[in-house]
Amino acid sequence: MTAVGFWKDRSWVSEWLRFFLADWQENKMDFMNTFRLALRALARNKMRSALTMLGIVIGVGAVIAVVSIGQGAQYIVQQGIQAMGTNAVFIAAGSNRAGGVRQGYGGVKTLTVDDMNAILAEIPLIKQAAPALTSRQQVVYGNQNWSTQITGTAPNYFDIRTWPVQAGSVFSDQEVDLAANVCVIGTTVARILFGSENPIGQTMRIGNLPFRVDGVLESKGQNVTGQDQDDVIFAPYTTVQRKISGITWLQFIAASAVSQEASVAAVAPITSLLRERHRIRAGTDDDFMIRTQADIADLQNQTQSTMTMLLGGIASVSLVVGGIGIMNIMLVSVTERTREIGVRMAVGATEKDVRMQFLVEAVTLSMMGGAIGIVFGLIGSMLIANLLQWPTLISGKAVLAAVIFSTLVGVVFGYYPAHKAAQLDPIEALRYE
Amino acid sequence: MAEQILPAVDPDKAPGKSEPMIRLENVYKTYDLGEIQVQALRGVSLEVRAGEFVAVMGPSGSGKSTVMNILGCLDRPTKGRYFLDGVDVSGMSKDELARIRNKKLGFVFQQFNLLSRTSALENVELPTVYAGIKPEERTRRAMESLTRVGLADRAGHHPSQLSGGQQQRVAIARGLVNQPAILLADEPTGNLDSRTSIEIMEILQTLNDEQGLTIVLVTHEADIAQFTKRNLEFRDGKLKRDKLVEERLIAREVLKTLPTAEEQAAEDAQEDASQEKAATENARQAAPKA
Repeated sequence: MTAVGFWKDRSWVSEWLRFFLADWQENKMDFMNTFRLALRALARNKMRSALTMLGIVIGVGAVIAVVSIGQGAQYIVQQGIQAMGTNAVFIAAGSNRAGGVRQGYGGVKTLTVDDMNAILAEIPLIKQAAPALTSRQQVVYGNQNWSTQITGTAPNYFDIRTWPVQAGSVFSDQEVDLAANVCVIGTTVARILFGSENPIGQTMRIGNLPFRVDGVLESKGQNVTGQDQDDVIFAPYTTVQRKISGITWLQFIAASAVSQEASVAAVAPITSLLRERHRIRAGTDDDFMIRTQADIADLQNQTQSTMTMLLGGIASVSLVVGGIGIMNIMLVSVTERTREIGVRMAVGATEKDVRMQFLVEAVTLSMMGGAIGIVFGLIGSMLIANLLQWPTLISGKAVLAAVIFSTLVGVVFGYYPAHKAAQLDPIEALRYE
Repeated sequence: MAEQILPAVDPDKAPGKSEPMIRLENVYKTYDLGEIQVQALRGVSLEVRAGEFVAVMGPSGSGKSTVMNILGCLDRPTKGRYFLDGVDVSGMSKDELARIRNKKLGFVFQQFNLLSRTSALENVELPTVYAGIKPEERTRRAMESLTRVGLADRAGHHPSQLSGGQQQRVAIARGLVNQPAILLADEPTGNLDSRTSIEIMEILQTLNDEQGLTIVLVTHEADIAQFTKRNLEFRDGKLKRDKLVEERLIAREVLKTLPTAEEQAAEDAQEDASQEKAATENARQAAPKA
C-alpha cells in the first residue's frame, strides 16, 4: 500500500468515524479485550514504549507548563486592572471639530459639573461620579520644590478608583463646597518634598497658594505605560477651578457603574445624554470621549492570550514530533509482528480487527504519554512558580486540550501503521521469517 | 487430465446423496509477477466428503500449497469455483472469507504459529475471540479443546515452556475450538521427530475416527500420508493421482512398536550419566595437579 493509495482510498475517513462512534457491544472484539491486548503488547517492550511515550510526555508537559505561565501572567494583569476598579467609566472632554482642527482631550469647555449631575440623575447604571480637572504646577515645601500634576476632584473619586489613603484622611465634601486649600498627596510627592518628615498637617505651596496636607495616598506604582502614578496631588475641584486654573468647566468625569456589565451598557445612554446636553447635531463628532475599564481589560487580555497561544503553539510542535515517534515505532512493531498478524487473520481476524488492534495500541501509547505529560506539566509549573517566583495558573482547558490532542495524535499517527497491518496478505504474513 | 479423474470415494463409505464438504470445480490459479505469469493451478477438480482424512502430496512447485491456500480460504481461485460445505466461496470478499475461516476452518501449521509469551489457553481462545464469544464461554471452550488433545494440565504454560509436540497439540486445539467443518494441516509433522510425528498423527486419527472430523493434510512424506485414508498427488499444478490408502497405518499400533518417551528418556539419561561420570573422572584426575 503506497502513501498515494492510502490517500486515494478514502475508506479510512469512515473508519475513523466508526472508531469513535462504534458500539463496542456490537463489535466482534470487545473494547476491553483489544485494550488489554494493547497493554500487553506495549509491556513486552517496556523500554521502547517508554521512549516512544517520552515524545508525547514532553509535548504535553511543555504545553501545560507554558500555558500555565501565560495564564498566570494574564491573571496578574487582570488583577492589576481590577484594582483600578473594573466598574469605572471615564468621560473625557475634547475631540470636537473646531474648524477642522481637533482639540486634544480636555481642550473643550463643554463638560461641566451639571453634566455630571445629569448623568447621576438620569442614568441609574451609574452609581457615583466625581469631577476632575488637572493643572501642572510647581510645588514647594521648605527648601524642596517639584513640578507635578494637581488634580481637582471630589472625595468620592478615591472610592471610584479604589485608592485609599495610607496616612491621614481625604478632604471632605464641605471643604469642596468651601473651595478650601487642602490636598492629598501621592507617595512620590511625599518622598521628594517631605523626605522622612511626616507630611500630614504640614503646609506646602502649590503655585502661589498655601495648602494643608490632609493625607498621603497608598502607592500604586507604575501604570502599564510606565508612568509613575504616585507623582500626584489631589485637591478639591472647586479650589483648582477657581484658584489655580481659573476655569468653570471640567476635563474629566470619573464615574463608577453598578457592575462591570453596566459600565459597558452605560456608554450608549451617557453618549446620547451628553450629545443632547451639548446640542451636538447628528453627524457631528462627540465633544467627549468615553472609556470603560472593561475596554482596557479586554485589550490587555487579548495581548496576553495571543502570547499564550503563540507559546502553546510552539510547544505543541513537540507533540507532533512525538506523534511521528509513535508512527515510527508502530511501523516497526507491525513488521516485527507480521507472523502474528498472519495467524490472527488465518483464525478469522478481519482487516478491521487487525486495524483496530494496532490503532488502539497507538492511541494507548499516546494517551498514556498524555497522562504522564499532564502530571509532569503540573509539577513543572509548580516548580516554576516556586523556584522562579513566576506566577502560574493551571488551566483546566489546557489540560483538556492536552488530553484531546494527545489522543488525536495517536489516532492520526497510528492510523497508517494500523492500515498497513490490515492490508497484509495472510499467506505472505504466515510465511514471513 | 483432471476432468477425467473418477471420484475416488468409496460409494459405500460416503453416500453420494449428501453434498461434499469440499468441491473444487476446474480451479485455476495464476500469479501475476509483473513480467511473467506463473500458473500454480491448471484446472483442478476434486471433492472431499465429510469424515474423510485426505493427504495432499507432491513435490515443491506442484501446486499443493496453492490448493491448500485456496481450500483454507486464504486465497481465491483465478478461475473456477470452490464450494465449501455447499457454499460457493470463490467470489467472497476478504471479510466474508475471514468469517468463513473463523467458523468453518481450523488451521495447523508446520511452524505451529502460536503467539509467544501467551499462555496455551489464550492461544486456543484466539479464534473464539474473533467469533465474538463471551469471555467465560471462550475459556470453557478452550479448556474443552485442550482436553481433547490431552493438554488440559498445560493450559497456563507459554509456548516456550512446551515441547514441539505439545506446541503442535496446542495448535490443533486452537484449530478445533470453533468446531470447524474441516481441519487443514499444512505439514504438521514437518518440524517434529518421528515419534512425536506419529503421536500427532494419532491425535488426528482419533479426531477423524471417533468424532468424524474432516481433515485435509499437506505432506511430502509418504509414510505420514500412509496414516490418512486417501492421497491426492499433485504435479505441475494438476491433480495427478487420487487413490485410497491401502494398508493404512494406525498410529496407536505403530507407537507400541517404538520405545516410549520414558524409555527414550531413560536411555538418554543413562547416556548422559555415563558421560558425566567420565567427565568427573577426568576432573578428578586433573585435580591433584592443581
